[in-house]
Amino acid sequence: MSQPAPITLYALSTCIHCKHTKEFLDRCGVTYDCIFVDKLTGDERKAMVEHIKTINPKLSFPTILINGEAIIGFKEKEIEEALRNL
Amino acid sequence: MTTKELYEKLKSIQEPKGYFFNKDMQMTMDLLESLLVNKERYGYMACPCRLASGKLDLDRDILCPCVYREPDVAEYGACYCGLYVSQDWNEGRIPHVTVPERRDPEKLLAALANGED
Repeated sequence: MSQPAPITLYALSTCIHCKHTKEFLDRCGVTYDCIFVDKLTGDERKAMVEHIKTINPKLSFPTILINGEAIIGFKEKEIEEALRNL
Repeated sequence: MTTKELYEKLKSIQEPKGYFFNKDMQMTMDLLESLLVNKERYGYMACPCRLASGKLDLDRDILCPCVYREPDVAEYGACYCGLYVSQDWNEGRIPHVTVPERRDPEKLLAALANGED
């Protein structure tokens, strides 16, 4: 698996909190990778879930990784602060 | 079924039980739309904010309304995805916080190992 971008959002295409997180990142004008795990299938999905488990053992979404720091759920202030420290 | 039809149908069933739709109508309609997407995709309305496996018997706990709604609404005033809330939550008498995931991740992993995808 290639080195993830400084900001990676692990999300579900149907999840409202993931949608709000994406909208927030877009408003902040940052570039990020967004991976819709529900759109992955088979071994690709399994590998991605195993990877996410190392970041967020609860395997919940959204999980956002900013410079190696994981933020679980759409937590605006925490994301804002992590972006400031980029 | 349209999201509006689903809204009317569920509202009449769930409100008498004390579960109200999120007053943020955009959020409520988005979530109902996602339930219809999952119904189309999996054949059942899996929770929009959880990774479904595609196998009903492995996803029964996250069939909307999920089994976690009751404890979540009792504790936080809202279910995990934010579709169903308490009256206190909707009327701002309790704080709106991010509801943590109550589901055991092992269920997801088990479903992944045996699921369709």
